Amino acid sequence: MSTTSSAPGVETHIHRDDEGSRLGMWLFLFTELLLFGGMFLVYAVYKFTHAEEFHLAAKELNTLFGALNTIILLTSSLTMVLAIVAIKRGQKYLSLFFQLMTLAMALGFLVNKYFEWMAKISHGIYPGSEQLLEKSNGEILFFGLYYVMTGLHGLHIVIGMAVIAYMTWFTWKDKINQDQYVRLESAGLYWHLVDIIWIFLFPLFYLIS
Amino acid sequence: MSSSTNDVNVSYLDYKGKHSGLLGWILSVDHKRIGILYLISMMVFFTVGVTFGFLMRLELIAPGRTIVDPQTYNSFFTLHGIIMIFLFIIPGLPAVFGNFFLPIMIGAADVAFPRLNLLSWWLFIIGGLLAIISVFLPGGAPDTGWTFYIPYSVRTTTNVIPALIAAFILGFSSILTGLNFVVTVHRLRAPGMTFFKMPLFIWSLYSTAWIQVLATPIIGITLLLVVAERTLSVGIFDPALGGDPVLFQHLFWIYSHPAVYIMILPAMGVVSEIIPVFSQRTIFGYKFIAFSSLAIAFLGSLVWAHHMFTAGMSGVAMIVFSVLTFLVSIPSAIKVFNWVSTLYKGSILTDPPLLFALGFIFLFSIGGFTGLIQGALSVNLHIHDTSFIVAHFHYVMFGGTGFGIFAAMHYWWPKMFGRMYNKVVAKTGFWVLFVGFNLLYFPMFVMGWLGMPRRYYDYLPEFQIYHMLSTVGSWILITGLLIMFINLFNALKNGKKVTEENIWNGETLEWSTPTPPFLFNFKEAPTVESGPYEYKRNEVSETEVKEEKV
Amino acid sequence: MSEHNTNDHKNHDHGYGHYILIWFALLILTGLTVAVAGIDFGNLTIITALAIASLKSFLVLKVFMHLEVEKRVFTVFVYTSLFFLTVSLILLFSDYSFLQG
Repeated sequence: MSTTSSAPGVETHIHRDDEGSRLGMWLFLFTELLLFGGMFLVYAVYKFTHAEEFHLAAKELNTLFGALNTIILLTSSLTMVLAIVAIKRGQKYLSLFFQLMTLAMALGFLVNKYFEWMAKISHGIYPGSEQLLEKSNGEILFFGLYYVMTGLHGLHIVIGMAVIAYMTWFTWKDKINQDQYVRLESAGLYWHLVDIIWIFLFPLFYLIS
Repeated sequence: MSSSTNDVNVSYLDYKGKHSGLLGWILSVDHKRIGILYLISMMVFFTVGVTFGFLMRLELIAPGRTIVDPQTYNSFFTLHGIIMIFLFIIPGLPAVFGNFFLPIMIGAADVAFPRLNLLSWWLFIIGGLLAIISVFLPGGAPDTGWTFYIPYSVRTTTNVIPALIAAFILGFSSILTGLNFVVTVHRLRAPGMTFFKMPLFIWSLYSTAWIQVLATPIIGITLLLVVAERTLSVGIFDPALGGDPVLFQHLFWIYSHPAVYIMILPAMGVVSEIIPVFSQRTIFGYKFIAFSSLAIAFLGSLVWAHHMFTAGMSGVAMIVFSVLTFLVSIPSAIKVFNWVSTLYKGSILTDPPLLFALGFIFLFSIGGFTGLIQGALSVNLHIHDTSFIVAHFHYVMFGGTGFGIFAAMHYWWPKMFGRMYNKVVAKTGFWVLFVGFNLLYFPMFVMGWLGMPRRYYDYLPEFQIYHMLSTVGSWILITGLLIMFINLFNALKNGKKVTEENIWNGETLEWSTPTPPFLFNFKEAPTVESGPYEYKRNEVSETEVKEEKV
Repeated sequence: MSEHNTNDHKNHDHGYGHYILIWFALLILTGLTVAVAGIDFGNLTIITALAIASLKSFLVLKVFMHLEVEKRVFTVFVYTSLFFLTVSLILLFSDYSFLQG
């Protein structure tokens, strides 16, 4: 292979490539997607083999809690994307406002989730509890998946909040600004993925009764 | 380390950055240094893995107890498997040689995310240490085999959780490497380096990287679910809680079968580099080899359940997976045919790298064909879980990938370190290794066919002759390994200095960098005009070159 | 390695209104899926729910996650990973749907 020199040498070690960064972020999102995808596969199989019992178990869940959290998360996705529009237009404080709104709604989601879990646990429905073990196999599996999947999703919300809080700090310090906002975009991508996962969790657990 | 300078036009080995000494290595974000870090750590883990294998073989030299009790033997094969798979073969080529040469071969200064690259090495080390620590923690070394099958893995009292978490962390490390490679290939190719001018090693790494990104998370979550099942008694797979253990096997193999292709594809890439260079000819069927890498990555993701033919799947699933298994042999065969066609009428130089590459083709072909035998349902029922399987995957994984790694070492060692090993010793090492390898694993085909189950501590006296041959083979194999590694590492100190850029007369970009490469690889950023294997000076005949015009 | 101008990728920016409109559509779809869940279609219930969820995800991917303005390769990547998951699901059910019966 013949090589000739044209570019004036290699000057910079780490160069800026926003599109490359976003591509990397997307690839990371695929790993998250497939992480949950593995659990969706488990869900699909057990839903198929224990259809009646899943139906029965889902009646225990409160659709109102689920629907409310869906609305909260969708709205937080909106404010996240608006924060990016704002920073692109140089409206720093508007962007900060939207980011803080996103954080507030994420917190709201968790509080809601906390009460929902606590209600279940106080009824004696949690992994390993005697009351759960008395139920049918399908119901044990349903609640096993319910706790693991919403639990892991909740963990992603917490991580997402930490990341967004970090971005808010960067925006405040002008490290994220009108010209450099790829980190905010990546955080946004992550947040939307967490939203998408919830979009599927909601009908699969709350709407099959 | 002679010159100490901040000038970037200095060998990556001599460069002094923010940190010096050891810190300058373990905190370095230079892809070449990270490659070397992986090389060193991988060699350490390999030594541990070989030791466990050696002890296992020694135990099996005679029926009954020979050196250890059954429980210890169970931990031996578990750790041998975990270490060899997660800490040697999977990172072997992508993380060591991929890190070192992928950016160079596409004309880039580094990978797309250098800091992520360093993080992936750190995760690798943490995961590796955790796996080794799990042996010594109270509770006893894990004894589930590397497959962690349910329900035993939720019942046993040994340290399964540290081993599971170790595998999860190692998976994450592997994902980060794959992610980095995909972005690097897409974003950092030098001007003129189109996809079809990329060396075939890069094609194979690119295909591998996609499997790493897409398949690894599935095993990640599966292992985490087992952890949750053990710690919180969440009902997922455990039949006592209504779960389905076969579903665990499905999810485990959805990753772990493609993982086999994570292991073999880069080795195929190495062979595709070495064959044209040492026959001084254009590679035969460049596009076929490139696309067969993608095809293997794709088809390899669809065949996982052939590990489960005796697990009680539906008849339809068995037929579907058997057919798909046969299909995956097509792209593999395409590669073998193309390599052999490249050698035909070439000006062959039998240097050590070519010997190892030919060893790869020979041993991989045996491994591949015996794989086809197992893909047939009726035969599979007979030989399932016998040592026939063990022989098969050692022929593919060790004879294939292992020899691929050794070939890569001999091919690129002078470029990486600027020192040449002793070629005669290297060839001797190869032959000892080759003889030892076949003596170690071929008897396993025979005894497996006759009914010797795998993973058994004890056996019937009629199998002893095969076990004895196999154990003797392991001694010869280890002798070969020692000859090879001592020769290579001795070269670092006493080997002849190499300063020439292109010692093998290769046409890919790494041979136009200084030896050893500079910090940012190239003196001047390269521009690419022709394909990677265009041996214009050494044309054998014009027609072949015409065929290969890209 | 030269500074290429790929960093400013959005030449046709969408304003606040565009996103608010999509958000509104997402809320309506959520309401729809809850309302429809009450009706018993038998097996169709879960299929309807998943169809609506897919439509919602499509909107989020396309608009909120900017696939509508990114280069094609991003979309190809997304379909590749979804394809991998779908094929795994189908093959998994080649076992479970034909089990014993």
